[in-house]
Amino acid sequence: MAAAAEASELGLSVTIIDEQPRAGGQIYRDVDKVSPSRAPILGTDYTDGKRLTESLRQSGIEYLPGAVVWAIEDQFRIMYTCEGRGAQIQADRILLATGALERPMPIPGWTLPGVMTAGAGQILLKQSGVVAKKSVLVGSGPLLYLIAAQMVRAGTPPVAMIETQTRSDLGRALWHVGGALRGWRYIMKGLKMLAEITLARVPRYSGASDIAIEGDDAAKAVTFIYKGRERRIDCDIVFLHHGVVPNPQASRSLRISHNWNAAQQSFVPKLDEWGQSDVAGVFIAGDGAGIGGAKAAEQAGRLAVLKIAEDSALLSTQDRDLKAAPLRRELGRELAARPFLDTAYPPYIAALTPDDNTTICRCEEVTAGEIRGYAKLGCLGPNQTKAFGRAGMGPCQGRYCGLTVTALLADANRQSPDETGYYRIRAPLKPVTLGELAAMDDMVQNSAE
Amino acid sequence: MKHVLTFLELESGPRVDVTWDGTALSLPEGSNLAAAMLAAGVGVFRHTPVSKAPRSPFCMMGTCFDCLVEIDGVTRQACMVEVTEGMVISQPQELGGQVNEM
Ligand code: FES
Repeated sequence: MAAAAEASELGLSVTIIDEQPRAGGQIYRDVDKVSPSRAPILGTDYTDGKRLTESLRQSGIEYLPGAVVWAIEDQFRIMYTCEGRGAQIQADRILLATGALERPMPIPGWTLPGVMTAGAGQILLKQSGVVAKKSVLVGSGPLLYLIAAQMVRAGTPPVAMIETQTRSDLGRALWHVGGALRGWRYIMKGLKMLAEITLARVPRYSGASDIAIEGDDAAKAVTFIYKGRERRIDCDIVFLHHGVVPNPQASRSLRISHNWNAAQQSFVPKLDEWGQSDVAGVFIAGDGAGIGGAKAAEQAGRLAVLKIAEDSALLSTQDRDLKAAPLRRELGRELAARPFLDTAYPPYIAALTPDDNTTICRCEEVTAGEIRGYAKLGCLGPNQTKAFGRAGMGPCQGRYCGLTVTALLADANRQSPDETGYYRIRAPLKPVTLGELAAMDDMVQNSAE
Repeated sequence: MKHVLTFLELESGPRVDVTWDGTALSLPEGSNLAAAMLAAGVGVFRHTPVSKAPRSPFCMMGTCFDCLVEIDGVTRQACMVEVTEGMVISQPQELGGQVNEM
């Protein structure tokens, strides 16, 4: 949204293709529609998003809500569906702002009804004002505290927080405290949320291990080990979260090169200082380029647009750099707390390379043990697993098993994640029906404008 | 299907009638279908084709497909659909054209 506003100011013609029915993305989801009673629960960082959605109403920006991209073809023919009809649009350049996905957290019982991502819990609250009555939060990281604090404010605090980070993680993180101080705004926000959680007397079990969810046709309890003792906490709903990772689907489908980022335990696309990838004309800004948060995404989006405007001869190189300097300074400030956060709240190790019996592919119900079995039979990379079984071939297209499969194979074959690689992502990025495709034919002529 | 209320609605607004697997449900008009069904006490949305394991919404953002239901004969993600009057919703019959062998 920020990039679009900047682009239209610079004279570029812009179309935003937004999968959601309303502007705001995941962070500022439904911000224009949120009821006044819910706004205080969600906090000012959220309502701040209105500033961005308002800028969309500027002239020169074509905004397509509820439009799901299912293919991006060479020299940028973008195919999408909207309200049950297929359509396409031609573009000179693409700025991907596909953001982050929560890191999958495969632990025993995570496929049971009643188990959701913490992000899902937040969406329920932001979009629908629906909160869980008896929930447990499991995992680590700032988003876990944010949702806990929001639940406290909504009058339905979680029954407990089962946290996976340990004291030694915090100890290591102190090496990065200098950066954290530069990003003090985030640290203060975190402390404030923790204070709210403590005040509401939500029990916190940090350094928990051996976490599993019990239940037959719904989640009933979470079991874990805390300070050497086995524990069991009853609940109806479990919210899982241990960090976010760049959403790789669109960038992978365009064959952009990715590298493993050890600090963030994920693949990130290879980009230059303007966010341009090694596929000319394709830029990536925001969490899809590496996790940095919503504010950093704004700066990165604006930087990409400056480069695009220069390429389109709407801006001189000098002006581009002049405008870029303050953006880069702000971006640096936004990212300063990152190394601290990454080290203090690492992913839950047992969910990176789960036990043999744990399901890792939710769609096709493939277990970690099966993937290890493939490795024994000589399977080196994620794309070969498809020759052995159906992992990654279900409708989610590997979004919830991709990183786990890479980690399991890398581990079993003693190779690096870079050597092991990731699923090759092909169109359609999202399922399309024949009806939607048929409806596209009539649209082709119209979309020539 | 279980009807234990595990979720709470913070606000109330106009509601419309829909049916879920043959029973009537009253859901907030224009709200997110998956959220409204959860708040109405629907515990299981579908069963997996592979092992028939029960599933319900997991991501609420259109990526996991665990919220698949059939709406007026078309299989869709409940978390990407808004509630409208008279929707006929049921557990999906078949998923992704896959044959159920087990
Ligand atoms: S809940 Fe994941 S796609 Fe709907």
